[in-house]
Amino acid sequence: MASDRMIGARIRARRFDRGLSQADLAKAAGISASYLNLIEHDKRRIGGRVLAAVADALGTDPHRLSEGAGPRLIRALTAAAAATESDPPPEIDQIERLAADLPGWTALIAAQSDRIAALEARIAAMGDRMAHDPALSASVHDVLSMVTAIRSSAAILVEEELEADWQRRFHRNIDEDSRRLATSAQALAGYLTAGEGAAFDAVSPQEEVEAWCAERGFAISGDMPVEGDLSEGARALLGAVLARAGADASRLPDSALLRGLEDGVDPFALASGAGVDPGLVMRRIATLPRERLGRDVGLVECDGAGAILFRRPTAGFDLPRYGAPCALWPIFQALLVPHGPRHDVVRQFGRDARPAETWCSVALDHPAGYGGPLTARATMLILPGAADDVPPTLGTTCRLCPRADCPARREAAIL
Amino acid sequence: MTDRQRVLLIEDEPNIIEAIRFVLSRDGWQVATHPEGRGAVEAVRDRMPDVLILDVMLPDRSGYDILADLRADEALRDLPIMVLTARGQSKEREMALEIGADVFMTKPFSNAEMLEAVRALAHRRDTA
Repeated sequence: MASDRMIGARIRARRFDRGLSQADLAKAAGISASYLNLIEHDKRRIGGRVLAAVADALGTDPHRLSEGAGPRLIRALTAAAAATESDPPPEIDQIERLAADLPGWTALIAAQSDRIAALEARIAAMGDRMAHDPALSASVHDVLSMVTAIRSSAAILVEEELEADWQRRFHRNIDEDSRRLATSAQALAGYLTAGEGAAFDAVSPQEEVEAWCAERGFAISGDMPVEGDLSEGARALLGAVLARAGADASRLPDSALLRGLEDGVDPFALASGAGVDPGLVMRRIATLPRERLGRDVGLVECDGAGAILFRRPTAGFDLPRYGAPCALWPIFQALLVPHGPRHDVVRQFGRDARPAETWCSVALDHPAGYGGPLTARATMLILPGAADDVPPTLGTTCRLCPRADCPARREAAIL
Repeated sequence: MTDRQRVLLIEDEPNIIEAIRFVLSRDGWQVATHPEGRGAVEAVRDRMPDVLILDVMLPDRSGYDILADLRADEALRDLPIMVLTARGQSKEREMALEIGADVFMTKPFSNAEMLEAVRALAHRRDTA
């Protein structure tokens, strides 16, 4: 019924927008000006033919007048108000009125609030990278400056009774800043999505190799030439990665791999059937183009010390660019019990996290003979979008993880 | 308020300036601005505000350098200064406070929080 009470305000706001007097609108709608005045002040209910006539005269849909901002926008504005600490707090009970009087700007505030929340989450998640990267720090500074301007301007619009000139000025400022923010955010997002195909400043040979693979959709094979603008270390590492991909493909060719995936993704069954190591199967699956597999896939490999050797990022399960990953990841659990391969359904903490199936195995080797050191290579295949939902129990890395009772925490979170 | 208290805002982002100016003016403050690091120290000496709001990342000079210059001046040693920065790490906070900031506020901030801090700085000065 809150919406019903706002019909009059919506009609009045639209009439002002169109520069009509009550008499003009009443005449166009075929009702008296005094009756329209009562409707605008919610002292008479309106519906049916009269509502249709008023809406027609205002050049809008009766539904827009009767339904108002809609529950989704109201929810978004409520969330925006909750995200902003202010004294006095935003007038939550006036949200309908705000939306009715300024529907376009209200939608913009809601959209900007969503964008700010997303950016803040992304910026927080990259906190440790900022500390090491002056270029990124400067870029984030620009984004935060624009967020600050938008937040302050939006708060003024929500909290203050403003004259029309001031309203226009702050609306214009929000519009300007939101455009600048959009441009900067696109550039920043391109920088931060390193490893997912976007260009970025790789800072280690491993990152260079991952960026090289990402540019090719991770569909790498042993016959690919080592080419491109790579450091000497990256060229050597890439050569080894491609050689391994070639060796893996010779032991499990595409035809056998795709046949084995016809009934679903089960690396352990496929490995058993093909007589190969489960880690090899997982690497082969992770070199399939997305369209061949029909779903997103991620891969992490680490050595016996837990140092990451290779990553194929995937949406929904974040891999840290810097810092040691969460010790509760199934791959590290598998590393502790090398002869016990694991199949888990897990979920990370975080706004964008999704339940993911993970498959893990560990291959042990004596590369220098049985009298030499034992080495390990653990592999984790990540398939986001598991059918079974589970509560979050894992993080990305301690510094970015909110879990308070984690038994494996190494250091405090910065969030 | 007949004898309005004065704030000097050293900040290069025009729309942040406009928002802060609006919020403080509504609260009765007389707000002057200076948009860059160059000439900032001189602007403070000329205007002798009751409270200074100083952005750290200015295009031509660090706000920390400006802060150090201000605190080296006997006449400005007790000037209440709020530092604004997008860098909220604890080491930044420690550095700002060590150089002589009275309040360290990270961007984005809420208008109410900023206003409350300015009022508190002025009150502290008045009662010192």
